[in-house]
This record gives sequence, C-alpha cells and structure tokens, in this order.
Amino acid sequence: MTEIFIQSVFQDNLALTFFLGICTFLAVSKRVATAFGLGLAMIVVQTVTVPINHLIFQGFLIEGAWAWAGLPEVDLSFLKLISFIGVIAAIVQILEMSLDRYAPALHRNLGVFLPLITVNCAILGGSLFMVERRYTLPESIIYGVGSGVGWALAIVAFAAIRERLRYADMPEGLRGLGAAFIVTGLMSMGFSAFVGVEMP
Amino acid sequence: MSDFSPTSWWRRFLALPNESRTKTLGVAFIVALVAATTVSVTSVMLKPRQQVHIDAAREAKLAAMIATLPGLADIMRETGAETLEAVIVDLQTGQIDGTLEAAEFDFLAAQTDPLQATALLPEADIAGIRQRPNLAPVYLLQGSDGLALVVLPVYGKGYQSTIRAYLALEGNLNTIAGLSIYEQGETPGLGSRITDPAWLGLWSDKEAADAQGEITITVVRGAAATSSEVDGITGATRSATGVANLVRFWMGPQGYGPFLTRLKAGEF
Amino acid sequence: MNRANLKHLTSPLIDNNPITLQMLGVCSALAVTTALDTALTMSLALIAVLTVASTAISLIRRHLPSSIRLVIQITIIASLVIVTDQLLRAFAFEISQRLSVFVGLIVTNCIVLGRAETFAMRNPVWPSFLDGLGNGLGYGLILMLVATIRELLGSGSLFGMNVVPLASEGGWFQPLGFMLLAPSAFIIIGLLIWIIRTRRPTQVEADEYPILSRRLRGGS
Repeated sequence: MTEIFIQSVFQDNLALTFFLGICTFLAVSKRVATAFGLGLAMIVVQTVTVPINHLIFQGFLIEGAWAWAGLPEVDLSFLKLISFIGVIAAIVQILEMSLDRYAPALHRNLGVFLPLITVNCAILGGSLFMVERRYTLPESIIYGVGSGVGWALAIVAFAAIRERLRYADMPEGLRGLGAAFIVTGLMSMGFSAFVGVEMP
Repeated sequence: MSDFSPTSWWRRFLALPNESRTKTLGVAFIVALVAATTVSVTSVMLKPRQQVHIDAAREAKLAAMIATLPGLADIMRETGAETLEAVIVDLQTGQIDGTLEAAEFDFLAAQTDPLQATALLPEADIAGIRQRPNLAPVYLLQGSDGLALVVLPVYGKGYQSTIRAYLALEGNLNTIAGLSIYEQGETPGLGSRITDPAWLGLWSDKEAADAQGEITITVVRGAAATSSEVDGITGATRSATGVANLVRFWMGPQGYGPFLTRLKAGEF
Repeated sequence: MNRANLKHLTSPLIDNNPITLQMLGVCSALAVTTALDTALTMSLALIAVLTVASTAISLIRRHLPSSIRLVIQITIIASLVIVTDQLLRAFAFEISQRLSVFVGLIVTNCIVLGRAETFAMRNPVWPSFLDGLGNGLGYGLILMLVATIRELLGSGSLFGMNVVPLASEGGWFQPLGFMLLAPSAFIIIGLLIWIIRTRRPTQVEADEYPILSRRLRGGS
C-alpha cells in the first residue's frame, strides 16, 4: 500500500511524469497560496472520485457486472469515459458551491480554473489508470490520495519557483509564461530521476 | 385544441425559467437522449467497418512477421503449406484440445471472462494481466524435417496500455525467430517505439532460456551483451520492460511452458 | 463576415493563442508532437470537436440551467469525441492506433471546455462557430511548429520521410534524442512564447508589484 502511495507521488507524478493537468498547473501557479488551495481541492476531488469510479466500474460497467440481473454478457465498459466524467463533474460542482459559500476569496482567485478541474486530465487520468492497473477498492483510495498529493506537491513547488522568478532579471519576452514553460520542462527532467527507484 | 399542440407545448417548456425543476430535468433528459442516440447510431453503423480493419491488421501483422523470418517462405513453399496450422492449447496441462475449432475460438473473450480464465497470484503475475485464459490458440508450421516454427499469441501490461504480440519460436523451441507487436497504446513517439521494426528485429535469434531451462531473456538499459539480452530504448524503458515481462511470462510455467515442454518431448 | 467576426477567427492565431496566451490545451501538445502526422491528425480532430461543440453549446445557451451547466457541456463534448474517435477508427485506422489515448483526451482538453465557458455560453451561434474554428487553428499552428522542430531534430524526418542523412546510415546528422522526450516540448514552447512576446510586448503579463529598478530602466 505504501508502495502505491510513494509511487504515485514521485515516480508516477501526474503533473511531471505524465503531464496531466498542465493547463491548470501553469495558470494557477503564480502564487503559493492559490496553488496550495488548488492542490488541496485536487486532493479532495481525486480522493473522492477514484474510489467512486472504481465502484461504478466494477458494479455496472465491467463485463459480468449485470450477472445478478440475468445478463452476464453485457459489457458496458465503453461507457467508462462518460460515466467517470459525469461523476467528476458532479463532485466538482459540489466543491464549487461549497467553496463559494465557505471560502469566497479562494473561489474568486481560482476563477475559471475551478470548473476546469472537471476536465483536468489529471483527475480523469487517475481514474483511467485505476481501471488499467485494475486496483482494488483500498488500493484505489490510496492511489487517489497519492496522485492528488503528487500533483499538489508539483504545483506548490512550481509556484514557489515562479514567485522567486518574478524578481529575476530576465528579457521582457521571456518573463512570465515563457519562463514557466522552461522551468516545468526542467522540473520534469528532475522528476524523471525517480523512475527506477525501488522501495526497500 | 391549440393549447395541447406540440409546438405550443415546446414553446411553453422553453419559456420556463431555467432554474425550475421541470426545465432542469427536461433539458438534462433531452441532451442525454440526443447524445446517446448520436453515439450509439455512429458506433453501430461504423462497427462492421472497424472490425474489418482490426481483423485485417491482425492478419497483416501475422503475415508480415512470417514474411520477415528468414527461410520461412521457403519452408512454406516446400511443404505446400499456405498458412500455419492453428490449434487450441490447454495452458494448465499443456495438452492440445482437439475438440475445439481454432478458427472460431475467441481468444479475447477467454482473456477477460472470469469463467474462462484463472486468477494469478501477484508473484506469478509478471506480465500484469491478473488472470490467465485457460485456453489459447497456437500456430504451428511443420517443415521437411520436423517442426519449423511455433507462433504464440502473447500479451501483457505495458506502461499505459495492454501490449499484444506474436512470439515466433524456431524448431528448438528456445530460439526466438521473431517478435511482432500488433496492438499497443503506449505513448506516441516514446513507448510506441517498441513497434519499430528495427527494435523488434533485435529479438530474432535471441535465446529465451539458458541451458538449465531458466528463462533469462530480458531487456537491458543500453546495449545487449549476451544472446539472452535485448537492447533497451531511451525514453521507452517501461514499455520495453513490459514487452520483456510478457515474453518471460508466456514462456514460463504459467504461460505456454507446459505446452512447449510436451512439444519438445515430441508428444504431438 | 464583418470585421468583428473575422477577429474571432484570426485573433486566436497569435494575439490570443490558446496555448501561448490562454494556457489551454497544453497537455496534449507534449506527447503528440514527436511526429508531424500525429500532430496534424490531433489538430484536425480538435478543430472538428471544438467547432461543433462551441456551435452546439451556443445554440442551447439560453436554456441551460446553471446547476447542471457543466455536466451538459461535458456530455456534448464527450459525445462528439466518441463520434470522432469512431470515425477515425473506421476511416483512418493506422493513425488512430498511433493516437490511441489522445483522441479520447480531447474530452479533457481544456480548450474545448474553456472556450465553451468563456465564449460560447455568452455569444450567438455564428461568432461561436468562428471562435471555435479560430482557437482550433491557433492550437494546430503551435502543434505543427513544435512537431516540426521535434521531428526534424529528434529523428531527422518530416512526416515520416527522412530529410537529413542520419549518422546511423553513414550521414552526418546525429539525432537529438532529447527532442523525443516530453520536457523538450515544454522548452520549445517556452522559447516560442519568448519570440512571440518580443514581437508583441503587450502580451507580457504586467508585474503585480512593479519593481523600481525595472521601471527606471524603462521596462513595464
């Protein structure tokens, strides 16, 4: 279990190894405080959606799931994309409404990127990896937490670097987004060093 | 009566405030219906076309692999064989199941149906497939002096998808005649380089197992040193390792191992 | 087409490019740009989905309850992507095999939902159609640029056809393996942004807290 957690945070980091969720990663990383808020939101969404999607997949979509109703050959796994997204959209809508009520400043700072968590490839990718690797329910929960933490770690570290870079002496054209892209490239090169690290 | 005509009903529905319960449910239902119909109609109508492509691709891969193996075309001409002989093998015992018609056997179904497959223990599951089908098709080619070629369909977990391939073994059932990957969904440009003919060609003439029967075939980082090693691919380590793992699994006791032992002993 | 509408079509090419300014659609730009043919197919698929999705959402924008707004948009986008994927698999099988996961990922491509939320929900049908088309073209432009550089320097070929003599075949060109790894796409896009913003300084983000030394030097 810890192996899945450590692996999903470092070796399989959704942002820096698989490059999922990069749009949001680049847009919301100008300040550490906002990045931290988004990271927490991602952890919550990921932890909730991966296990729920696991239950839905096993309970309704996989071949043989409808055997109890006398339809053992029905295979609805082609619907997984749309049903996962449906679940994610619903959870994000709930999150958006709660943030609007209890943390309006964060809600304003996140702007359009809060509903964009719905299509954040990282969230959907997490569920799709869960299906591909055929995790069990406990493993799905650990993977949900781990992958969320990994993404949050990446964006907070990135935001910290960007905050410093704001005061660096750089050519005008490179400042801001241009430097951000190059730094992301370098960070991902750094994270690629984790591949092949074995757990004791 | 004009009050109940469809157009006025529709107009009244559209005039409802957006947040009303009726409107919310109505819009949701209509969009879902239209989306589902479009998707289903498209899928059903296009399925035959797609199936033709999939079948053609699989046949082409098999034929292409045969074409690249040296001397094979000659053997096939000698024996007058037009294609390989297909048999169904019971993986547990290694016996050929003569009662089943190979052409009608659905290997894909056998892999996913829990009733037609055996669950694997994690230590034995090197290829990451979780369950192993009980029956599998094998293709044999007899030459003028004994078995010339055995083609085994193999599959396993890659980096982010299932890799499916044909593994061809020479008559001694240890030297790899060729490896041909016909299906994979690895990262385009990186992991998908496992399908490069140049890399797949490296598998030919490698020994799957050593003199003691230990399965030693593996993919190494960098250049290969022995006849049981295959060069790695930069940027595609996980995909290439996935290929190595699936070859090792299917050559082993959980895969075609029992069948190959019986074949070597000359039981068929 | 009046000038305002033409603007919707042309501004996303450079002035308001989805990748280099709006920061949308970046994920897919990395993996599919190792070769020009995958980049081209991905761009065409995205243009198709984005244009139709923006048009459809703009058509029903007045009747979308805000509580289910996101789910409805996603349903429309997801259905379009499934249809596109099926069409690709039926008519361009070879390429669809190589694109595999990435056509499915158009569903989560931020550009489609991003433009739906910021433009199609508030504008009539024809401008939304043009906006979708324009953003798709802008995305495709960046993708093709990056793919040209990566394929040329990383494999010495364009569209799969060898254009420089490779060292492995007796020539002088040693391919730059780094170009085939994903971080290189980031760095290339970063450099592209630098070039664009040197020509169009208005795109540079203003400092939140202006730095005195920069202001004295004449910067922003």
